[in-house]
Amino acid sequence: MEGDGGGLIEVTMRVNGREVKARVPPRMLLVHFLRDVLGLTGTHVGCDTSNCGACTVIMNGKAVKSCTVYVFMADGADILTVEGLSEDGKLHPIQEAFWDNHGLQCGFCTPGMVMTLYDFLGRNPDPTEEEVREAIEGNLCRCTGYVNIVRSALDAAQRMKGGGGG
Amino acid sequence: MYPASFQVFIPASLEEALELLAKYGEEAKVLAGGHSLIPLMRLRLAKPKYVIYLGKVPGLSYIREENGTIRIGAMTTHGEIAASSLLKARNPLLSETASRIGDLQVRNMGTIGGSIAHADPAADYPAALQALEAQLVVRSVEGERVVGIDDFILGPYLTDLQPNELIVEVRVPSLTGAFGTAYEKLNFRAGDFAIVGVAALVQLSPDGSKFEKVRVGLTGVSDKPVRARGVEEALEGAEAGEEAIAEAAEKAKEGLNPPSDIRASSEYRLEMTVALTRRALEKALARARDKVA
Repeated sequence: MEGDGGGLIEVTMRVNGREVKARVPPRMLLVHFLRDVLGLTGTHVGCDTSNCGACTVIMNGKAVKSCTVYVFMADGADILTVEGLSEDGKLHPIQEAFWDNHGLQCGFCTPGMVMTLYDFLGRNPDPTEEEVREAIEGNLCRCTGYVNIVRSALDAAQRMKGGGGG
Repeated sequence: MYPASFQVFIPASLEEALELLAKYGEEAKVLAGGHSLIPLMRLRLAKPKYVIYLGKVPGLSYIREENGTIRIGAMTTHGEIAASSLLKARNPLLSETASRIGDLQVRNMGTIGGSIAHADPAADYPAALQALEAQLVVRSVEGERVVGIDDFILGPYLTDLQPNELIVEVRVPSLTGAFGTAYEKLNFRAGDFAIVGVAALVQLSPDGSKFEKVRVGLTGVSDKPVRARGVEEALEGAEAGEEAIAEAAEKAKEGLNPPSDIRASSEYRLEMTVALTRRALEKALARARDKVA
């Protein structure tokens, strides 16, 4: 496969369970594809320099910063964004835990936090507070001081163990 | 920011990737996980005409043990290295170091081959790779060569890798006997590069009384990762203990002239090199002693 500098490259991926085909410039980043082409604006652009984690989505089961992934790198991948978390109008247990524990203030970092925790809690269903704090090392929040975010994450772990979905 | 336009090649085999490198290597950048290259391209510090993406090349991601050597495919991610049960048992220095790189999302994408080829002077892996006397397998259309880490990283962002070559494998020893390892990293912000990073490997005599082999690798304190050979020589053959470590650790700053920057002064880095060398060796010694019993 080859993409010309001025030309387009064909990609196919699944986004929130739906198959998506598109022709994109090689330099297009996944976050811009999700927001500007697919209209999935729940994934945010924060620092734009791979630091803040607001653009975190799940790619093939793993949390990635979509500002640091070219669209062609996601060819053939399964992508999950914050829009794909709820089922039949019912929030995911991580989202419910953020709601109930007031795990946000302005909400800008929240989708990234939720997606990082989706990956982390899938591998570590019973984390300590310290492990949660390490897991969200790559997600910056400028409002909360993280206390309620950590509380939400620990609560989410309990809810997910209780068979609350996921 | 958007990177400058480029043309991308997505080879489906290693042979195809090497042929592309032979043809376009001078003007091409190899893209693996992208967590060093993409930020540089976005800042337009790197503007390659061609990008050769390795994501569809099979057989470059593995961790396996063969005849006392652990072989790691160049496309293996930091996250896979941090979580590997084989490495945790037989080379925990590399998995501990990988677990301290960046953050969870970075470790999900960044690869060991990409990190080594990028050769950031404050990267974490090189301290461990120096302490482990790692070997790199480098391939081109002309063939394969094996090069030691000390001969490979030449300076900041500068390696011995030729434009037509690709790192395909990293080799580290499978450790046995009364060994202990530790990686100590100083950074002030979560997920940041090391201000000083010290990797230590201690091998004790079977009864645990003497240091048989000691290796110390340093990162962040020079224009390239280095071994603290003065420390190693002072400890090898000496009676194993904290006092010997405290005395020998002073030698860690010999011959170093660390950079001063916004994060730390040269003097501070020197003092921290000694402190972290002591801590890493003490931790490695304690872990080695657990294996003596």
